[in-house]
Amino acid sequence: MAFDIDTIVELISAFCLLIGSFLCISGGVGILRFPDFYTRMHAVGVTDTLAAGMILVGLMLQNPEALVVIKLVMILLMTLFINPTASHALAKAAIHNGLLPILDDKEGNKTENNYQESGSSNC
Amino acid sequence: MKDLFAVAMLVGIYGLLSASFFVAMDAVDVAFTEASVGAGISTLLMFVVITMTGRSEDPVRHKPLLALIVVVITGGLLIYGTLDMPYFGAADAPIHQHVAPRYINDSMQEVGVINLVTSVLASYRAFDTFGEVVVIFTAGIGVLALLSVVRRRDDDELIDSVNDSMHEQHLILRIVTKMLIPFILLFSLYVQFHGDFGPGGGFQAGVIFASAIFLYTLLFGLSTARRVINQSLIRLIAAIGVLLYGCVGVVSLLNGGNFLDYNVLSSDPIAGQHLGILLIEWGVGCTVASVMMIIFFNFAGRQEEQQQAKEKEKS
Amino acid sequence: MLIAATIATLVVMILAIIRGIVGPTLYDRILAVNMFGTKTVLLLSLLGFVMGRPEFLDIAIVYALINFISVIGVLRYSDSFQFIQPSPESKDKEQ
Repeated sequence: MAFDIDTIVELISAFCLLIGSFLCISGGVGILRFPDFYTRMHAVGVTDTLAAGMILVGLMLQNPEALVVIKLVMILLMTLFINPTASHALAKAAIHNGLLPILDDKEGNKTENNYQESGSSNC
Repeated sequence: MKDLFAVAMLVGIYGLLSASFFVAMDAVDVAFTEASVGAGISTLLMFVVITMTGRSEDPVRHKPLLALIVVVITGGLLIYGTLDMPYFGAADAPIHQHVAPRYINDSMQEVGVINLVTSVLASYRAFDTFGEVVVIFTAGIGVLALLSVVRRRDDDELIDSVNDSMHEQHLILRIVTKMLIPFILLFSLYVQFHGDFGPGGGFQAGVIFASAIFLYTLLFGLSTARRVINQSLIRLIAAIGVLLYGCVGVVSLLNGGNFLDYNVLSSDPIAGQHLGILLIEWGVGCTVASVMMIIFFNFAGRQEEQQQAKEKEKS
Repeated sequence: MLIAATIATLVVMILAIIRGIVGPTLYDRILAVNMFGTKTVLLLSLLGFVMGRPEFLDIAIVYALINFISVIGVLRYSDSFQFIQPSPESKDKEQ
């Protein structure tokens, strides 16, 4: 295999895309299987931003044209700003409106049904 | 599902899915407009309305079975009617025979912009776009006529004190938003002027501009936003947008061509086309941005008034 | 590899929709919509590269901003909600 710069760049790009997809899927599995809102938010908030970063870096390496790279850098910066802020706002609003996380009480048993959301959400 | 809030969010997801469909079908401008209007602004406006009307649906008073049967029969008839139509995107379908070949073949020589959608929308079909702009303007006038709120002076100090207490609560959001809003405004200007070369144009740019102002209003309070954006100036700009569009048409009439014929606007027909498209896209952008702002400020003003009335009742 | 990443993003979007329909509380649904939005940004960028038209990046930028504004809007308006049965103990917790 010839080790010229094009092959190496393609390999790095494919590697970044692979890691990004893996993180993406693990975030998706997390949002379905975790027991509580706050744990789900942890899964989404962490993996979302990193997966987006990896996939965008992988895309940047695929097509090194100037305008495209600039736009991808803009999307990356915006995602790095916006995703953590949105997670923070969501958690703050949830605590503010009374949604409590599932915690262990002193004997180590999990307290059940700590949803004290006011208003009904029957669907 | 009885929770209207969840339904509004699922409608937002649906708007996004249709934007993805349009992207998959290679219709980039339509996807752009759908993403900005359908998935963003409509969802926000629905939330404002839901806070005023209540969160749950009223209990259904009639049996839904009859309605379901009627819908299924009508849908079945419609699908049967479309079985006769030519395949999606087939080259010999009637809509592809009359004017579309002329647009596709001659657009580059006659109009000279790269983006075919912009040239059709702004030059070949400029009169239809004029109608769209007038419809948007009329919607803005309708909202103003029905929903506008007369503000009293003494409410401002009350709202200012609430604002200062809100500042501590939303500090992180406010700082991040202060960094993002100039970028969004600049991006809307980029979309406005880039409509000749890529997806974009007046409608999308106006919506993005208005959504930057919505973000500011959401986090800093309605009264601060009213002081930043002068209400009568917004109404003036909405009218100026439509007037600009009409004036371009009248100027071409005065220069000897048809209404909205850009070839006579300048010495060289291609330069005339470029000038005409620039001016009318600018008019479209102004009107769309101001009408969106008018609608949002009036909805939010009503909601705030209702909330203040409820708080005065409690205290 | 691009196509694999696109399929992965589509799968995650479907998982997010499932959570959006099932999720027992309101905030689960807001979280699902937020995640759907960021995955749509990625999907649009990937589709742009798969189809060879980098103009889709403009749509991706717009969609990222619109997603942010929608989530902030939902949260601000869920603060000032008029609930059907307002419960006084959650208001005490806010003080």
